[in-house]
Amino acid sequence: MNQIPVIISRLSESFLINCRLFVLTLLFSLPLGLLISFGSMSRFKPLRWLVKTFVWVIRGTPLMLQLIVIFFGPGLLGMSVSWPNGDAGRFTAATVAFVINYACYFSEIYRGGIESIPRGQYEAGQVLGMTKGQIFFKVTLLQVVKRILPPVGNEVMTLVKDTSLARIIANKEIIMMAGEYSSKGLIWPLFATGIYFLIFIGVLTVLFDYLEKKLSYFRA
Amino acid sequence: MAVLEVKDIEKRFDTLQVLHGINFSLEKGEALAIIGSSGSGKTTLLRCLNFLERPDKGIITVNNEVIFDATDPATQKENEVRKKRLHFGLVFQNFNLFPQYTVLKNVTLAAELLARERSDYKQNKKSILDEIQENGKRLLSQVGLSDKLNYYPHQISGGQQQRVAIARALALEPDILCFDEPTSALDPELTGEVLRVIRNLAERNTTMIIVTHEMNFARDVADRIIFMDEGAIVEQGTPQEVFDNPREERTRQFLARYNESK
Repeated sequence: MNQIPVIISRLSESFLINCRLFVLTLLFSLPLGLLISFGSMSRFKPLRWLVKTFVWVIRGTPLMLQLIVIFFGPGLLGMSVSWPNGDAGRFTAATVAFVINYACYFSEIYRGGIESIPRGQYEAGQVLGMTKGQIFFKVTLLQVVKRILPPVGNEVMTLVKDTSLARIIANKEIIMMAGEYSSKGLIWPLFATGIYFLIFIGVLTVLFDYLEKKLSYFRA
Repeated sequence: MAVLEVKDIEKRFDTLQVLHGINFSLEKGEALAIIGSSGSGKTTLLRCLNFLERPDKGIITVNNEVIFDATDPATQKENEVRKKRLHFGLVFQNFNLFPQYTVLKNVTLAAELLARERSDYKQNKKSILDEIQENGKRLLSQVGLSDKLNYYPHQISGGQQQRVAIARALALEPDILCFDEPTSALDPELTGEVLRVIRNLAERNTTMIIVTHEMNFARDVADRIIFMDEGAIVEQGTPQEVFDNPREERTRQFLARYNESK
């Protein structure tokens, strides 16, 4: 019976890995996605083609497979630089795979948002003597943010749950931890992991509702 | 002295020639109305003047300075084009206000951004920005919107939005103010308030080019009329000449069609 607090604390500890992976992935993939979206809208055809092919490959293959390729690939190819040994290496590889994967999804959301802004907004900025940068930052950016907030929210919530895929390269995240108990015949810790995810998603739902409300003062 | 001289402008989209050898000039303080049926090239001509389209041929001169020459790439450099645009103001058919800014901010934003390029911006920041604010308020009161300064565009009517757009264009003190069918997107009962503002500007001798389908308004307000058809200027003259004694058959036909549909 006194086993319960121990299990809870070990689950909580392992959930920190999910949380860290979540934060790091967002931190890097949100800006990287913007860069990729610029590439996919570039007027320079070879670049556009290259970026679109890359996005196709990343969106077209399972994240689980990407984790495996990124973790084992360097070693199998006999590259001299590989991931550091142990937990740190596994976690870094997972982070890299997640960042690349999510950046590609975000890039498509950004592209959709940017292309949905009416041309008249750019032209109004142009005839008022604004630079391209000023038009982007002062005129279109907030309108884009408002429009992409719901799909970004979706993606962010998917990410919370996807973080448990990192177990495929032996990152001891919460489901892997609970799985160790279930293989010994103790099943409830596995069910309990659902509560962690539900609470996390609940907080994100409140946050995104708040942001949407914040931007509801204008219509675009 | 002519503020604006347009020489032999041609423009094609792929194989479709939309402007054929356009020539005209505009005197300071003059209001010019361009009329013609849809697809006659009126809007494209305005867009060429505002560098939203690049003519394939021709020269545009403002205050005796060549600001565009199709044969001279030096006149088409991005950064210079940005500055040269400021000779012109443009009021769009669909207003194109910035939805996330208040009415006042819509009017002052561009001036605030341009002020950053002034060499004395850092020292006099406060007074410069105050001046821009005051100017914005003055312009909005000129178009009758003093009570809407802190409204957002979606909270006011289309006619009011278009008046904000006019104030926004005036804020940068362009040499020539262009209107692209400024009332075409408005309900009939809202066109009057916008036309009154434009009429008021004409009375203050604002140099203007107005592309419009409002014939009576063009006749009343414009000092000169250009009639365009199929990408060319068919006829130009005073409102009396063009409306009462058109020389060209095509002008007569256009006006007859217009009078029938009235």
